[in-house]
Amino acid sequence: MNTLSDTTLPSPAAQVPAPAQRASASDHLQLVVVGHVDHGKSTLIGRLLFDTHSVPDGKAERIEAACKAEGMEFEYAFLLDALLEEQAQNITMDTTRVPFRTAKRSFTIIDAPGHKEFLKNMITGAASADAAVLLVDAQEGLREQTRRHCFLLSLLGLRQIVVAVNKMDLVGYKPEVFDAIHKELGEFLAKLGVEPAHFVPISAKHGEGLLKHSDRMPWYRGPTLLEALEEFRGNPPASGGPLRISVQDVYRFDARRIVAGLIESGTVSVGDPVEFVPGGKRSRVKSIETWPQPETPILGPIPSGGEVAITLEDELFVERGQIGSAPTDKPYEARTFTARVFWIHDISLRSGELIPIKLGTQQAEARVLGIQRTLDAITLETGTGTTGEVKVHEVAEIRLRVRKPIAFDVGGKVPALGRFVLMRGRRIGGGGVIDSVVEEPVESRGASPISRSAILGHRGCIVWMTGLSGSGKSTLAQALEQRLLNSGILSAILDGDVLRTGLSRNLGFTPDDRSENLRRATELAIHLADAGVVVIAALISPFRADRAMAAERAKERGVPFVEVFINAPLAECERRDPKQLYKKARAGQIPQFTGIDSPYEAPLAPDLEIRTDKQSVGDSIEKLTELTLGLARPSEQAGAGANI
Amino acid sequence: MSHLDDLESQSIYLLREAFHGFERPAMLWSMGKDSNVLLWLAKKAFCGHMPFPVVHIDTTYEFPEMLEFRSWAQKHYGFDLKVWTNFEARGRGIGYETTDPVTVTHELKTVALQQCLAAFDFDALITGIRRDEDSTRAKERYFSPRNAEFEWDYKDQPPEFWNHFTTESGPGEHVRVQPLLDWTEIDIWRYCDREKVPLPGMYFSRNGERYRSLGCMPISKPVKSDAKTIDDIIEELKVTRTSERAGRAQDHHERNAMQKLRAKGFM
Repeated sequence: MNTLSDTTLPSPAAQVPAPAQRASASDHLQLVVVGHVDHGKSTLIGRLLFDTHSVPDGKAERIEAACKAEGMEFEYAFLLDALLEEQAQNITMDTTRVPFRTAKRSFTIIDAPGHKEFLKNMITGAASADAAVLLVDAQEGLREQTRRHCFLLSLLGLRQIVVAVNKMDLVGYKPEVFDAIHKELGEFLAKLGVEPAHFVPISAKHGEGLLKHSDRMPWYRGPTLLEALEEFRGNPPASGGPLRISVQDVYRFDARRIVAGLIESGTVSVGDPVEFVPGGKRSRVKSIETWPQPETPILGPIPSGGEVAITLEDELFVERGQIGSAPTDKPYEARTFTARVFWIHDISLRSGELIPIKLGTQQAEARVLGIQRTLDAITLETGTGTTGEVKVHEVAEIRLRVRKPIAFDVGGKVPALGRFVLMRGRRIGGGGVIDSVVEEPVESRGASPISRSAILGHRGCIVWMTGLSGSGKSTLAQALEQRLLNSGILSAILDGDVLRTGLSRNLGFTPDDRSENLRRATELAIHLADAGVVVIAALISPFRADRAMAAERAKERGVPFVEVFINAPLAECERRDPKQLYKKARAGQIPQFTGIDSPYEAPLAPDLEIRTDKQSVGDSIEKLTELTLGLARPSEQAGAGANI
Repeated sequence: MSHLDDLESQSIYLLREAFHGFERPAMLWSMGKDSNVLLWLAKKAFCGHMPFPVVHIDTTYEFPEMLEFRSWAQKHYGFDLKVWTNFEARGRGIGYETTDPVTVTHELKTVALQQCLAAFDFDALITGIRRDEDSTRAKERYFSPRNAEFEWDYKDQPPEFWNHFTTESGPGEHVRVQPLLDWTEIDIWRYCDREKVPLPGMYFSRNGERYRSLGCMPISKPVKSDAKTIDDIIEELKVTRTSERAGRAQDHHERNAMQKLRAKGFM
């Protein structure tokens, strides 16, 4: 096998002329290279840069000389490293961009080196890429990382993918090896709904199969890697799809009322009908506004991907976040959906939490109703939803319920409107792709909650108080019940001790039994709330997962639910010890007593927290009553009033 | 859509997001070619209006011809121009005659900008920097937060993808919005050509010389060139092997000068 250290550098692949001029600008392609870390990514990129004359004068020669001096074999990977080093100076590597060109088009390779932050950077890079090269080592075949990257490519919705089977030189250029990988990977990708455009056998090190076909692989009849890449489209075409304008703003700088936004799909022409979702107000495009003002009015069509500013024939109240849509083919307008999410923030995404969501230009808050399945993107281990959280670098299937209806598309119809980000503070915590719309629970049995609430003058709900034994739950529950009854609100207390002597008397205090006890309490509370009762659940309920489950069940059934943390330090509870239970527990008479030899998991984001060691009973009751009245007698019906 | 259409559309999207996302944004303007493209794009984004102030940090070392262009353009476009100078530093005698260019740039540009930001309480600064201009700019985000000390935490930048950005800033902080990040020098020229964006004459050859990049008078050097039209310039750029900012002395005063300047808040 030829090594390059003892010869001079080969001339870059001959049939590609030096890029005397920039390729036709519209043909720009953003490319990401993914695959297992040792499968030759740097070598491939280095060789592509070298063969397309994208390396500055003298650079390759200098590296070659340096390698020779060190007695090392010349590696194309060094070329990339040197370029990046030059770019980076002292800056820690992050997503970076390496340009190269062929006679046909220009490319930018979005590279995400590094290890610790690799996933965050790769996702950021791949999310903005038009196409991906998935690299597989012919000797090693599919590895963990290969599968993980396949998964992420499918999640990110990248559809233009070419698989490069590298290091064919090391397997004797045997077609059987290539075919076996083609088959295995093709099947794996098919399961993920990904269909690569081509599988190309290459040897990056020797420049075989990149720009020109290799004599050693006459059995391969498909395109070279570069030919495969040149087939891809720089702007994924969406002009053929239904009209979608993400409204960014409405300007009234002068007499004109201008709706400004991005055409995510379809085209815009004067006279086109447009319906703004959510909301459903319809009009037609009256004019397309541009600056400088053209001599003759612009009539369109303005293609997908374009920014547009329009006026409407009717005076509508349109606002940021709405989607200007084709009335005959509108996006979904719903609140609950399932999605696949990836998480890149150190603070986990937790079941039950309320988190800001951004989709297109829409912004709202969403409740994480449940985490169905998590997948550790590092180990690819599948977890169950019981931990109730998605940790950094994990991928999960979750269910979200947005506080107000939002508009979106599913199934890749308009990719940009089928994906969202979840915000952790000011940062993007993770991204997700919507899989399916969840039907809103329909009340089909007998009287609807609305008519019950018409009789009662309030609606049922659950106020779930959690806290240590002796923290003050029973005291507050009783005081709250009295206040509610005084206000003409039908309420009931669900007390742990009472449950234990009746409904749950066959249960002990193991974690499993505690969970079962709470499951029964939850179902009972939901039934009561369904019937219009305000349920005050005063239960130690020490485990987050159980409380999350209760909240989720209530949400599923459309029952308003709040979690109240009755908080007092253990020492204070133990000092109070109204039922002398701590004393007994310390004496070993009560095993698995919460706070002593069984843990209490404090709520991470309760709807209300009451410090009974610091706040007065009166003050605590005020806050509890206010919260409960807000639920039982909301000033406006839930769901309505989200728009207009 | 052509590549220029894509770039234009992306920049307008970013400008509209910035205008919506921040309460008190401002646009930085140096009268240079990138700045003028940025102005032009803002006029497009807001249908002929300029809904935020335009800030020029005047080092007092400006070319007279650029100042003429400043007055002309302000009248031509019609915007709220704020000119800011670090008179305090000038009063202390800071200047190219006495001080090294890195210090001068820091005092008369970065510190001046800090003063201006504090005076007007801007929460976002829209700038015309491009990734291809300088290696340290290659890692920039479209929306790039700066802390109260103006520092850029390039090691821990917020992720941005799918058209979602950091559009909030905390007390004392601001966000740099960089709508031209993906443009190259040639893109800028092609766009100026297509749109007939007004530019200062100093970019074009006179007596065999032209300025490729314009900054303070004492540290901006012209290049040998016969390029009298934008077409000529584009042809010239296709074959040139020198970098755009080669004529800017402050970048090359010492190793990593640009990186030091940028970490301290320079654009």
